Amino acid sequence: MLRELLILSRGGQGGVTASRILASAAALEGRWAQAIPEFGAERRGAIVRSYLRLSDKRILRHSSVRRPEGVVVFSSRILELIDVDKVIPVDSTVLVNSSVRPRLGGRVVYSVDATGIALKLGLVIAGWPVVNTAMASAAARVFNIASLDSIVGALGEYFRGKLLEVNVEAAKIAWGEVA
Amino acid sequence: MGLVYEPVDLEREAFEDLRGFIEKLLSKPAPGSAGRTGAWRLYRPAVDAGRCIKCGICWLYCPDDVISWAPKGLPIIDYSYCKGCGICSSVCPVKAIDMVLEGE
Amino acid sequence: MKVKVLMGNTAVAEAVRMADVDVVSAYPITPQTIIVERIADMVERGELKARYVRVESEHSALAVVYGASASGARVFTATSSHGLLYMYEMLWWVANSRLPIVMAVVTRAIGPPWNIHSDHQDALTVRDAGWIIGFASSVEEAFDMTLQAYRVGEDRRVLLPVMVSLDGFTLSHTSEPVRLPEESEVREWLPPREPLPFKLEPGSYFSVGNLGPDEVTMELRWYVWRAMERAKHVIREVSVDYARRFDRSTHSLVEEFKTGDARYLVVLAGAWSGDAMEAADMLRDEGYPVGVARLRYIRPFPAEELRELATSVRAVLVIDRAVSMGHMGVIAGDLVATTRGKVVVKNIIAGLGGVDMGPEDFKSIIKGFVEEYESGALDSWFYTEWYMPWVRGR
Repeated sequence: MLRELLILSRGGQGGVTASRILASAAALEGRWAQAIPEFGAERRGAIVRSYLRLSDKRILRHSSVRRPEGVVVFSSRILELIDVDKVIPVDSTVLVNSSVRPRLGGRVVYSVDATGIALKLGLVIAGWPVVNTAMASAAARVFNIASLDSIVGALGEYFRGKLLEVNVEAAKIAWGEVA
Repeated sequence: MGLVYEPVDLEREAFEDLRGFIEKLLSKPAPGSAGRTGAWRLYRPAVDAGRCIKCGICWLYCPDDVISWAPKGLPIIDYSYCKGCGICSSVCPVKAIDMVLEGE
Repeated sequence: MKVKVLMGNTAVAEAVRMADVDVVSAYPITPQTIIVERIADMVERGELKARYVRVESEHSALAVVYGASASGARVFTATSSHGLLYMYEMLWWVANSRLPIVMAVVTRAIGPPWNIHSDHQDALTVRDAGWIIGFASSVEEAFDMTLQAYRVGEDRRVLLPVMVSLDGFTLSHTSEPVRLPEESEVREWLPPREPLPFKLEPGSYFSVGNLGPDEVTMELRWYVWRAMERAKHVIREVSVDYARRFDRSTHSLVEEFKTGDARYLVVLAGAWSGDAMEAADMLRDEGYPVGVARLRYIRPFPAEELRELATSVRAVLVIDRAVSMGHMGVIAGDLVATTRGKVVVKNIIAGLGGVDMGPEDFKSIIKGFVEEYESGALDSWFYTEWYMPWVRGR
């Protein structure tokens, strides 16, 4: 069955990388996955959309995701900048990076304090807390995309050395804390 | 899909083409590949050996490579191929090359 | 064979590494840049023993690989959109000089307005030059086609440059699983380039393409023409061989999707083909007998395959992402010529400038086409329509 998710992040937060990590993790479990970033004139701070598709068989389509069953929001402030009812379908499940769980109409909402995790681990690049691995891990759990082991395995394809260790730690904490 | 293609001897055709296109594509430089171009000349460059300072500038500038020159030597012009363009005469710093009208 | 999730651009760079190229020269342009950045990294780290030549423009990039290829090296370059147009003059020199250069073109719209998203107009400006032009439809195929490009282009029966087109962003920046063969297997399948009968090098006195009698120009074009015809056979041969060696499904010039019992045929090329195939699947569930022919190569044009497919259905729908202004869509024009007016052809222009086209769009287009035909409204020989649902009345 085809599953489609939307990731909303700010340029520089690593939303695109998160979608790739999730695709790699799903592929490690023998499934087909597709991570599609939507590039335009985005710069640091602007809202960036990326898509994740998952399936048991090869996915043929390459267009953008129009009706995601799940939405991952990298900053609760993004919710203030978008038309929530237009972007996030009412029957979708939402995961938000936030220390408090926001209410979004009747939608099922999960949250994780990915920023807090990043700050605690000193995972800060150019002044910005790097939340993508924590968010990828939390999303993997909430949307049943891949196991924590697969997430850790996928991180090895994107990071090395000390950076890998810290990101693995962030992924583990987020996996435990998301609720 | 049961397509039937014309049986073409690709190898043989390609071999013939290879020879053909290489012959057309490449050219080797050789003296007088356009014939004895000296016949195109209206004016003949004549070197005044007394005034020539043997600097070699005429040799350097000749667009058709028909002037031979060795350092400290006089330039020697190959009139079989010199088209008489006059560049040597005009670049000569001591005006030692005159352009002389050829007789018909 | 291991499976790795790669971006289209990274997959092409990986194929270039495995092809063991000798010289790479390129100028950065979105969305292609990542390909040559990756290759530059590989050269820097010693993973690819090649000379990477930085240049000030795309024109020079192609000129550098032209010279390198004429000296016998295996070469690679990549570009997009305006960069490709900046190369235009050299593209023709490369083709007539019969140099098997491989170039990735990450397709992108041509301005104005400035636009970094994909359509096929840039790649298809090269249509008539004498380049083999392929279009990938997945990340894995971008990898496969790059390797195949060297085998096809360098084949003595062909000796033509090959362009591997992949849609900007929808393939170039999209990550998908790729079944990566072992490097040693690739080296075996793609041995080093065979030397040409001539070699441009210091000490050898000859020139390529010097001024000649008018007949020489015509004869050289005729040789390109013949090589292009032979390229059809070689592409079929190489595709089958690659599929067998690396466990892929065999598609050569055309990929057929449910064409066996189809009464209506959809023809298109590129990354959006999968969306059209999904739409055909949905329509089959609703009882519409639709099949899809995806062109893997646009030059040489798969005339034999398409003529057979097109004449066995009631009508053909060609969906083009590039237009020949004053005529019709580029592929549609070719198809109409190939079928010699024996087939009813409808042509849709869509997705220009990267306008997103999903399965639902294709479904509505294809359904409209079938209904139009069955109601007898599709009576003209062929015509072209623009699909712009956001504009009222379209």
